[in-house]
Amino acid sequence: MGKFMQGYLDEQFMELEELQDDANPNFVEEVAASYFKDSARLINNIDQALRRGPLDFNRLDSYMHQFKGSSTSIGASKVKTECTMFREYCRAGNAEGCLRTFQELKKEHATLRKKLEHYFQVQASDQLCVINQLQNMC
Amino acid sequence: MAGEVPNLAESKLRALVVDDNLVNQMTHHKLLDRLGIQNDVVCNGQEAVDVHCSGRNYDLILMDMEMPIMNGIQATKILREMGIESKIAGVTTRAEEEERKEFMEAGLNYFQEKPLTISKLASKFKY
Repeated sequence: MGKFMQGYLDEQFMELEELQDDANPNFVEEVAASYFKDSARLINNIDQALRRGPLDFNRLDSYMHQFKGSSTSIGASKVKTECTMFREYCRAGNAEGCLRTFQELKKEHATLRKKLEHYFQVQASDQLCVINQLQNMC
Repeated sequence: MAGEVPNLAESKLRALVVDDNLVNQMTHHKLLDRLGIQNDVVCNGQEAVDVHCSGRNYDLILMDMEMPIMNGIQATKILREMGIESKIAGVTTRAEEEERKEFMEAGLNYFQEKPLTISKLASKFKY
């Protein structure tokens, strides 16, 4: 996975890479696409919920539980950490903490997205190189 | 990943993934596929109950705790009341003691904290 992704993805991402095979050669990319689609929806829901006053901490906690679940399954360690912190602020009824942590979470999420897009692009071009080399050998 | 991945295809085991989260559905389905275990996926506890009412049965059920319509605790209770004897593994990121206890008391055989991995799943199939 390399230093590029270090800190952003944990060993769970490597578990997903181990599951990728000839039957599903794009499995990890498909999982990542589902994750970002789902998390975009959750970010939107949380954004809207944070604009409504007074804050419904139970609803916010529920959204964040879903977000943490997906993030855990893909190995998104930094995003997961922010989810955990947000949930602690929910339980404490700390609106300012929730707002602050949510901004951090969105930053980490956006960074992860860019890094993964780059990662998959590099993988795709590596695969093309291999195919070209094999064709040149024939 | 250390060690060989066991292939359980010959054992003809069947599993049911019960989870509302698409990422979890994809990963758990693939994990089971890799172990050679045929598996179905449903989105909540109600669908898990319905699929059993339709006559299907499974050797292992991976049951998420928090789901819309019917959660994992309620679904596990109902399945046990129906006489379903499948192994049910509660799978969740929620791991607080009280919640774990409530889930176990609903009728689980195991509790497994997410994320699931090949080795965690394989350890449940020691035949």
